[in-house]
Amino acid sequence: MIEHIVLRHRLPGLENINQLAAYQASGGFDAYRTVVTSMTPQAVIDLIKASGLRGRGGAGFPTGVKWSFLSNRFPRYVVANSDESEPGTFKDREIMERNPFQFLEGLMIASYAAQASTAYNYLRGEFWELAARLDAQIAELHAAGLLGKNVLGTQYSLDVHNHLGAGAYICGEESALLESIEGKLGQPRLKPPFPADRGLYGQPTVVNNTETLANIPPIVARGAEWYRTLGTESSPGTKVMCLSGHVANAGNYEVPFGITFRDLIYGLAGGIRGGRTLKAILPSGASAPILAATDKVLDTRLTYEDVAALGSQLGSASIILMDETVDMSWVAMKTTHFFKHESCGKCTPCREGTYWMTHILDRVQAGGVQAADLALLSDVTHQIGGKCLCPLGDFATSAVVSSLKLFPADYEQHLAVAAAVPAKPAARAKVAQPVS
Amino acid sequence: MSLLQKYPAEVAAILARYPADNKRSAVMPLLYLAQRAENYVPAAAIDEVAVLCEIEPTQVASIVGFYTLYYDKQAGRHRIQICTDLPCALRGADEFAAAVCAHLGVEMGGTTADGKVTVEGVMCLAACDRAPMFQVQNGAGLTFHENQTLDSVKALVAKLQAE
Repeated sequence: MIEHIVLRHRLPGLENINQLAAYQASGGFDAYRTVVTSMTPQAVIDLIKASGLRGRGGAGFPTGVKWSFLSNRFPRYVVANSDESEPGTFKDREIMERNPFQFLEGLMIASYAAQASTAYNYLRGEFWELAARLDAQIAELHAAGLLGKNVLGTQYSLDVHNHLGAGAYICGEESALLESIEGKLGQPRLKPPFPADRGLYGQPTVVNNTETLANIPPIVARGAEWYRTLGTESSPGTKVMCLSGHVANAGNYEVPFGITFRDLIYGLAGGIRGGRTLKAILPSGASAPILAATDKVLDTRLTYEDVAALGSQLGSASIILMDETVDMSWVAMKTTHFFKHESCGKCTPCREGTYWMTHILDRVQAGGVQAADLALLSDVTHQIGGKCLCPLGDFATSAVVSSLKLFPADYEQHLAVAAAVPAKPAARAKVAQPVS
Repeated sequence: MSLLQKYPAEVAAILARYPADNKRSAVMPLLYLAQRAENYVPAAAIDEVAVLCEIEPTQVASIVGFYTLYYDKQAGRHRIQICTDLPCALRGADEFAAAVCAHLGVEMGGTTADGKVTVEGVMCLAACDRAPMFQVQNGAGLTFHENQTLDSVKALVAKLQAE
């Protein structure tokens, strides 16, 4: 079931492809060479469209279609979104650490397709060590004649620069990311205009996720038809699934789209730690609604469509697993604190709403709340959802709304009446043992 | 000494990454440079970065205020920033963070008496599969420490305090 296209460094004999010579010996940069010396930009766009590749950053938008939206103005820019900040996501980091040249090659092919002569890789500020290594790797590509003026003796020229963020989740939203590169606060822009028309410095810009870009060289090398043999009709290819929380073997799993939750969790990742029962799944980090771990959910295929049909989202596939000991009101408290911290402050419903949700949820954890408090909590979520410029506001309500709906008993145990029962009052039931 | 005097080559390299008419883009990398010596951005550097980026000092200060990895106040020489977000917390990060604070004799956010170490709780650091984990930030940069135990932290802190 494992299929290593992006995480190729896990294959025997390819452990060293984070070194340029080893990457090139494995066929690295052949795709870039083909593209730059023998394909028109339009042919590259058509190829990626035909492959059905969808954006891996969360939205799942078809990559080739995104490229085809570029307005006919120059200069254009291509930006890699390596801001990877969703709780539960740690795939782009592995790609850039262990298979950096495949990612860079994808970025370079995308730049050629967009006819951009400057590309930026926006990394979250915490990837400081990684950015330093990528700086050195980009310098190697210049020395090898793959970057710089007149690449491979053609008319095409390209420079790639890393740009470090500084600790702001919101910069993963593409328009906030562009603001950040421009030296401004990372606050989302009103859309339209979309980046394909007015992006970086007001110029046509493509923004693609790191994992999306890493998929491009194999598509060029092996063709769109081959790519479509993997995954499903509407979600072709493979996806790096990030498993965290109470799973026995946490980590990244690259599998074709269409694997079920059950096969991924129990077949590949060793099931739930300590043989406990799985209670709930956050399929897309802190951002999408919680799913109760029913048989129906476990037998659902991991594709953009199938997870959406359950009322949640696959997103960037940051799958957080929670066992039977976890109090879902505590989970909502945790995710809400995250979004309160990360709200950029631009839209009042998100800025104020996340503040009030954390206050109510902290009181729930402290115990002795009234039923009216829970009604108020629910009311606040309605004041945020659908009322903000970017999706962060909606994200902030997802875990709260879904946990109130699916796990009301987890809240009711904290009610004042329940607290009078001689049980542990503010029971924060969850596993307290650090992993050794 | 100004940034230009201290790090002339790096300032030039940073400015060269962005279009000449968009110098403002250099504000974030220049602030990292300004933070290098003392692990916070001194007031004088705000003015200098503003001149280099051709923007107002208040605009530079707003960047320092918005992004969590910039500081306008001095704290410990090293900031131990423990992720206590949901995925890490499911693997014991809250208890781990409390144990680290107890060992150092500080509250979360506090600094040791020798001024060497500040402990902070932070949001997701993209290392959820290797919790408990933290990053150490100092002027020289940022390093990840994963699959940590109280013993490994004790050894690290002893090393940092001996510097």
